[in-house]
Amino acid sequence: MIYLYRTLSMLAYVLLAPLVGGFLAGLDRKLSARMQGRMGPPLLQPFYDLAKLFKKQVLAVSRYQFMMVASFLAMVIGTGALFFGGFDLLLVFFVLTTACMFFVLAATVTNSPYAELGAQRELIQMLSYEPMILLTAVGFYMANGSFRGVDVFYTDEPAIVRLPGVFLGLLFILTIKFRKSPFDLSTSHHAHQELVKGVTTEFSGVLMGMVELAHWYENVFLLGLVALFFVSSAWWSGLLAVGAVLLVWFLEVLIDNTSARVKWNHMLRSAWIVTAVCGGGNLLVLEIIRMLF
Amino acid sequence: MPKFSKSPWVMHYDGSSCNGCDIEVLASLTPLYDIERFGVVNTGDPRHADILLITGGINYHNESVVRQIFEQMPEPKVVVAVGICACSGGVFRDCYNIKGGVDTTIPVDVYVPGCAARPESIIDGLVQALDVLEKKSAASAALSEGESNAQQS
Repeated sequence: MIYLYRTLSMLAYVLLAPLVGGFLAGLDRKLSARMQGRMGPPLLQPFYDLAKLFKKQVLAVSRYQFMMVASFLAMVIGTGALFFGGFDLLLVFFVLTTACMFFVLAATVTNSPYAELGAQRELIQMLSYEPMILLTAVGFYMANGSFRGVDVFYTDEPAIVRLPGVFLGLLFILTIKFRKSPFDLSTSHHAHQELVKGVTTEFSGVLMGMVELAHWYENVFLLGLVALFFVSSAWWSGLLAVGAVLLVWFLEVLIDNTSARVKWNHMLRSAWIVTAVCGGGNLLVLEIIRMLF
Repeated sequence: MPKFSKSPWVMHYDGSSCNGCDIEVLASLTPLYDIERFGVVNTGDPRHADILLITGGINYHNESVVRQIFEQMPEPKVVVAVGICACSGGVFRDCYNIKGGVDTTIPVDVYVPGCAARPESIIDGLVQALDVLEKKSAASAALSEGESNAQQS
């Protein structure tokens, strides 16, 4: 029976994540506009944007561009499908890293100086958040005794009870992953930036559409990761998880609207310090408790 | 399918404007006018843009730049000249370094006069540009359909 649920969950992710992701993106723009005292675009604006991008002319700069971007999208969908299928978290994170590498390659094959500089910043962003992502997997192993995502449903208490530090660390690097200010160095959703559009500079039409779609898939996966901290065998934990996800999304939009972009070395330093203190500290305490009792 | 004109991404280029029109363009994005209501995104990347919005006249230095930006934009695309200098060269039209309005270099679809152009008229011009965008996208869709039919036969 559990295999049926896992398959259905994977299928639901592949089919529904674009809808949820696009809706969240629309909510983001509406919420941002309200925070700035504006009306904002319609809630369905991201879907209009995507439909337009798929209809526009594609000015491909390199013949490998399409392959790289398509691989990026496929790998991101694979990451989320593995995650929502309850597979090994380490596997999920490695596939995610591969997806990001395809994104970086898609930018570097264009030979555009702006895209290349954006790609270098994307690599620095990966360098900043990867340690915390790995610590998250290790944290789940120490809390639940298993790397498999599906095993959270057999625990008596949500993982957040044992992993508050890891959760805080993950929240910090989520801002990098969501491409939100102050860590939107490689590319930004906002108008003006010093690198034209950074890593996405040379993507036009359907290429940009696929990048947007991958971004929606990725966001849903990341919010799923947040939910994983709150799910246990109790039925009410699902409600708790949904509440936590919405709260985290609101906080991300708030941070995006209230902070200015930082330099890359500041991002790297602060991300690693938070990883070491919150993530590392949490795991250390867990280990000490395990040794004592 | 939603309409093409529901998602106009604008690229703003300052030709040799005195910055009067540029400030009004940015004013259109502020809470009072909020042009994002129409789905407008102010992008800095010609590859992502649907509408090229130019303020100020064309001079001999930026002529090639304007042409390059225009060529880098994917079809369908619309050009909006904002302010009297972008329309005709304005008071600078007889200057030795000024070539004239934007239409001396690239085809212009919508002219927004004024010195400086008011945010209301800029929004009005952009809404007119949406109609042009819709017509152009329909035309290019018909063209590509004709091409694929020709290939099949």
